[in-house]
Amino acid sequence: MMEALDNFWSVYSNLVLSLGINGLLALSIWLTLACGMLALANAAFMGIGAYTASILTLNYGAPFPVAIAAGMAAPAVVAFVIGKPTLRLSGVYLAMATLAFGEVVRIAILNAESLTGGALGLNGIPQSTEWWHVALALVLTLLVLWRVRRSKVGRAFEAIKEDETAAGLMGIDVAGHKMLAFVLGGAIAGLAGTLNAHLTFFIGPAEYGFNRAVDILTMAILGGIGGLTGPVLGGTILTLLPETLRGLGAFRLVVNGFILVLIVLFLPKGIWDPARIRQWFGRKGSAA
Amino acid sequence: MLDQQLVNALSLGCVYALFALGFTLIFGVLGVINLSHGAVFMVGAYSAAEFMRVSGMPLWVGLPFAFAFCGVLGFLVDVLVLKPLRKRNAPHLIPMIATIGVAIILNNGIQGIFGAENLRFPPGTIPDDALVFAGIHVTVLELGIVLASFVLMGVLMLSLQRTQLGRALRAIAESPKAAYLVGVNVEGLFYLTSFVAAGLGGVAGVLIGLYSNALFPLMGQPMLEKGIAVIILGGMGDIRGALLGGLFLGFAEVLSVAYVGSNMRDAVAFGLLFLVLLVRPKGLFGSLKERKV
Amino acid sequence: MSDTLLTLKGVSRHFGGLKVLQDVNLDIPKGGIFGLIGPNGAGKTTVFNLITGLLPTTSGTIHFEGQDLAGRKPFQITRGGIARTFQNIRIFKEMSLLENVIVGMDAKLRYGPFGLLASSGLFRSEEKRARDRARELLSWVRLDHKADDVADNLSYGDQRKLELARALATDPKLLLLDEPVAGMNSTEKSELMVEIENIAARGFTVFMIEHDMRFVMGLCEQIAVLNFGRIIARGGPDAIRNDPQVIEAYLGREDDEATNEEAAA
Repeated sequence: MMEALDNFWSVYSNLVLSLGINGLLALSIWLTLACGMLALANAAFMGIGAYTASILTLNYGAPFPVAIAAGMAAPAVVAFVIGKPTLRLSGVYLAMATLAFGEVVRIAILNAESLTGGALGLNGIPQSTEWWHVALALVLTLLVLWRVRRSKVGRAFEAIKEDETAAGLMGIDVAGHKMLAFVLGGAIAGLAGTLNAHLTFFIGPAEYGFNRAVDILTMAILGGIGGLTGPVLGGTILTLLPETLRGLGAFRLVVNGFILVLIVLFLPKGIWDPARIRQWFGRKGSAA
Repeated sequence: MLDQQLVNALSLGCVYALFALGFTLIFGVLGVINLSHGAVFMVGAYSAAEFMRVSGMPLWVGLPFAFAFCGVLGFLVDVLVLKPLRKRNAPHLIPMIATIGVAIILNNGIQGIFGAENLRFPPGTIPDDALVFAGIHVTVLELGIVLASFVLMGVLMLSLQRTQLGRALRAIAESPKAAYLVGVNVEGLFYLTSFVAAGLGGVAGVLIGLYSNALFPLMGQPMLEKGIAVIILGGMGDIRGALLGGLFLGFAEVLSVAYVGSNMRDAVAFGLLFLVLLVRPKGLFGSLKERKV
Repeated sequence: MSDTLLTLKGVSRHFGGLKVLQDVNLDIPKGGIFGLIGPNGAGKTTVFNLITGLLPTTSGTIHFEGQDLAGRKPFQITRGGIARTFQNIRIFKEMSLLENVIVGMDAKLRYGPFGLLASSGLFRSEEKRARDRARELLSWVRLDHKADDVADNLSYGDQRKLELARALATDPKLLLLDEPVAGMNSTEKSELMVEIENIAARGFTVFMIEHDMRFVMGLCEQIAVLNFGRIIARGGPDAIRNDPQVIEAYLGREDDEATNEEAAA
């Protein structure tokens, strides 16, 4: 029995850990989506966290906990700095600005060769990530977000998402809450990036660009952003799906695209939609 | 030499403008940010190359083919994906996300069919002679690009300004409901706009493809990002802004490569965009016109 | 004048070439019910938008409890004690009634991030306090039996009452009501009249904009009349009823409408 588990683990450990990391990423964008913001900067924050932590462990031999802390703090600080001017934008403009920011980060990484290795990336990152790191990170994040949702902060997010002006006039500091969501989301994305980098041993700038940003968004939308289950579910599906579709070769990513289109067209609230599920089980939908 | 750079800048700027025009048309008339426009651009290049390879036809047949092929593609995207969302009155970020899905399908589909290595146009497609105009060395290719772009842009601008069709389109851009109420065939014009915009994007793809003669499945990605930069710079939904913005970006890029170094070339678009968004979200020319739904 | 809660002095608001408000002077005394009436387009909602900080004044000052409100953000003004309802109802449709009202209290809940994360005693007692108070406020407007329903399902009149309860949740000193009975039938209006009187009796100062003359005359102790952006009269209900300028402003409009109809016929 133990042998079977060992075998399973040696083959699938990376996959399981990726599940957790993608779950973290999906949760990181949940925060900003919960406020009604379509911010697509989390791939860039993931990269900032990954590079910061990796540079610390590679070049300075920093202990893993320190690297993790730095990997969360660095994107948080950046988020705070660009948040002030950027979060004034809304809708499409915010989405574009955050995408543009992501590009700027990617290009900066490409060009800061002496620090980041440029296009060749960083190699030989110590593989310090253990399964319990990822599990702990995911559980803690879920706990924190769950508490936030049930508090005045969570209510404020929802109010802002529904009607920003009315929320402000009810005494909610809209700008402050948006900034909180953005910075916290950035920190979580940085955490995911740090854990990922110390798992995959190698990172490069291409991993944190537009494709990653879209993946993260897809995970959240697929799962549904009504609660916390959705993003984790979406992350799980999008991690497992490429594995099950290995036979399709390059076309398996085509499936991702179809998923996104089909979800938007037919399941706009995502798979995990408490109201719809309750309807299926025959109970009248009441306040979620 | 400055003159040479100016010619490069002009031809590059023309292609950017052509791409941005298609993008802006869709935003202005349909109210959607179509993030599959970059993929369509790429499909234009691939479809022309493949068509010419299989049929042996020359470039001046391949170009209209790309226009038509991509036009149909754009039309299909509209009918299958955008139209159902219109019927549902989905908030406008939702269609944008759907077009991301379309882009992923196209990008990876093409990669699956053709592989990730660079594809080239059939030999002999690209003219390599040059002319000398007033002391400036101009390749026939660049000349062709500039001419083709100017012709297309000219036709588009004239149609928009002078014809009844153009007036109808501008009316829809202001308010689809109002246009509908005065008898404009709004749905039909949505289809037409999707067709034309995608066609323009496809042609832009062929032109850029000729420039580098190295087609790859993700070539639309940087183009899309620059296109976004251009239309935000020029003001979203503003046709003149797209045109001027595209030309401006072409010049900014080429001149920065010449004087600062090629590493930062791609950063130019984004640096500018980021700055402009922070300082003047309306763009250099545009006004944040809130569409009356 | 320590009795004055809100003072508008020389307030003007221009928008492009349009003079929406010109030289508006108002003193809202503490306690009681104050009304602002005027023909459509006179600029009444703009007055509220200026007070709550949604728009800046072009000139003039607004003082609340002696403090200048200039430059304050709307949420700061609300936290300072001014709450409002909206002409075109802006409740949070996907939240329950209870949640809608609790949102109004959130600024006053006294736990911080640590309390929130650790689910401390303070967190739980504050959340309970919020829920209890929200139910109480809902009972004032007779909506407590629907506390857990989704706000979207409410009738129009009930939605207006919910907005009122939510505004009260911010514990304001001054309550701005923008057309609180618009779209209600006469039963609902009478009910609301009583509810507003009760609210005023509890010590809230009420400042309302309304079209319904009977409602305003029946409730308000002091009334100001706005016409084309200017205050043309101010006084008690009887004085206003008989003021020639006011009559002209309202009747004059009706006269014009009659003339236009004749011309069009």
